[in-house]
This record gives sequence, C-alpha cells and structure tokens, in this order.
Amino acid sequence: MSTTAEPTPTTPGAGTGVWLHGVVAGDTPPAPAGITGIAGTPVRTVAAAGLAAVVSDAPLTEYGEEALRRNLEDLAWLERAARAHHAVVDVLSRAGAVVPARLATVHRDDGRVARVLVERHDELAGTLARLTGREEWGVKGYAVPGATPRADEPAGAGGGAGAAYLRRRKAQLTAREEGQRIAADAAAAVHTALAGYAVTARRHAPQDRRLSGAPTPMVLNGAYLVDRDRLDGFAALVRELGDRHPEIRLEPTGPWPPYSFVAEPSAEPAWA
Amino acid sequence: MTVGRTPSVVQNSGQVLPAGHEPANLGDILERVLDRGIVIAGDIRVSLLDIELLTLKLRLVIASVDTARQIGIDWWEHDPWLSSRARPPVEPGPRDPEEVEASRRPRAAARAEREERDEYDG
Repeated sequence: MSTTAEPTPTTPGAGTGVWLHGVVAGDTPPAPAGITGIAGTPVRTVAAAGLAAVVSDAPLTEYGEEALRRNLEDLAWLERAARAHHAVVDVLSRAGAVVPARLATVHRDDGRVARVLVERHDELAGTLARLTGREEWGVKGYAVPGATPRADEPAGAGGGAGAAYLRRRKAQLTAREEGQRIAADAAAAVHTALAGYAVTARRHAPQDRRLSGAPTPMVLNGAYLVDRDRLDGFAALVRELGDRHPEIRLEPTGPWPPYSFVAEPSAEPAWA
Repeated sequence: MTVGRTPSVVQNSGQVLPAGHEPANLGDILERVLDRGIVIAGDIRVSLLDIELLTLKLRLVIASVDTARQIGIDWWEHDPWLSSRARPPVEPGPRDPEEVEASRRPRAAARAEREERDEYDG
C-alpha cells in the first residue's frame, strides 16, 4: 500500500506515469488505507523536503498525453477519473491538511514528483500551514420564484392582441429582471455575511441549471474555509441567513477538501 | 450527468449541517477538480484548454453564462480561460445593411427562444 518506508522512491516501469492526487505534510505519512488510485492502482507516497506527494501509477496507454486528450472528451471516462481522484483527495483531507492537485497532473516518474516538492516547497508548506485545522464548505443559493414580485398585466389598455402580447411580455421580462435583481442582492448579502465568519471565502461562477439540476437559477456558488472548531457557528449562520432571505434557498455542501483555497486570492477574479 | 443525491439541504426552515457526508454531486466534483486545486506542471502536458468537451461544453455547463450575465455578473468576459477559447472567433461580418439585418434575425429569434426557455417565474 505504501512505499514511504523504502529508502528510495520506486520508479514505475516504462509505459507508466505517476498521477498526483495531492501533497501532505511529513516525511513518512502513511498512505491512505482502503482506497485505490486513479487506475485502480495502489495509492502510495513520494517524500521529499519534509513533504509527501500522494500518487498512484497511471498506465500511459490510458493516461498518456494522447490518451488523456482523447479520454477527457469522454464524459463517462471523465466522471470516473474525477471521482477516483476526488476520492483519494477526500480521504486525505479527512486525515489532515492536503493541497489537492488539479485533475490530470501526471509525471514521468517519482523523481520528477520529488523535484516538484523540493522546488515548490515553500509555497506548498505555507499553503498546508494555512489549511491546517480548516475545511471547505460550499453554500449554493437558488432563486425562489414565489418570493419575487410578479407584474400583473395592465388592465384596460388599448391596442390589438399583438400590443397586448408585447405588454404582457414586457411585464414578464420586467418581473423576471426584478426577481433576479432581488435574488442577486440576497446572494451578495449572504456571501458577505458568510465570508465575514469564514477564514477565507471565494465566490465561484454559478452553475448552469443543466448541471445543478435545480429548477431555478443558481445565484450564489460560494466556498468558505472554516475553522473546524467553529463549524457549529457556521451552520447556525447559514440557517439564520436562510431565514432572513426567503428570496433564495440556501444549500450547503461539504466538507470538501480545500480545492478552492490552494491558490492565492490575488490570482482569482474579483467578485463583489 | 446530475446526480440526485444531495448530502445535505438546508431549506429556509433549516437543519444542522451534517458532518462526514461525501458530496457526491458530479457537477460539484467536476468544477472543483477541473477548475481548482493546485496547478503543477506535470510531464504529461495536456492543456485542459485543448479539451473541447471541457471548454465548449462542460465549461459552459459549469459556468452558467446566461444566468450570470442576466444578473450582471460578467467577469468571465475577461477570463482568458473562457473568453479566448470557449467563444467562437468573431468572423468579419457582412457590410451591407440588409445583409446585417438578415443575419441578425435568426440570432434574435434564437435569443428570444432562449429567454422563453429560461423563464422560471412565468
């Protein structure tokens, strides 16, 4: 399961790459038990400079450059890879701080992985320190149509059926814009309040309904890094904000590995 | 591609955040593993920018362009990730006013249809 006890890192044979799941602290952390890596291969660690990369071997026939390019176009393959990668990162995050790697980070051999740990040691160690004792929670907000005002058709206006249609249409559009504005304002207020409680916060682009599966638009897709010993207060705040803003429905998800908090804030697009 | 199981839903009536559930929503996982997480240059160079599924389909599915634009959020217009690759190049348009008008009509119709579909309160 783990190769950390070996004095020198193993190097997979030709035709095999090393898939990086994430980086954790420590020279000899145990590899996570009871879980397999990207290709159903064992999860192991490569240690260097006081850090450990958690990796699994990836056959290049499926995870090489050409193969990856092809496979990433296949949603079923992508789902399997994303879930396998996430499962490892998730287990790591429950055991301690982890810097998750973006999907499809593949190195030629363990030596190359070790070099990354050395070259980016300060950044990785700093990020791990910042994440220790904290976890990411997502809070999504959906517009609640019933809570938005609806313009009634103006009564007694002249003009033919065409004019009436246009008036009705205009009223509908105005009501929709108004509803969206109200939902957007509520989303901003909720995010500001949650960000004030969290250690750090990010506001991501809302998911499309085709992805969210929700009947109404998502207006808030927030991520919040919260101290583990302050989670109760965060949960209470989410409930309180939900009560205070009936115009949006709040849905928390988590805990997540800190995917949203491994990059410096300055690298992110600025949100209101 | 949407997975129905939601580990925890706090309605406005509220309930305690349960701990220890694995978030299973595929969309949530994809937006995180593809768009977040640390970027380390591996030896296998596959730019996610070159993946058509991700840029043209999935990315647009993840980032709700229509919804965001409607509520006045447009930072992605300046996001090179999205604006340089996800949008088709602008072709030089016809200069004849009638041609311009003619080419505009189908697009306006498509837009109206989209708005019709997007209505959630009507």
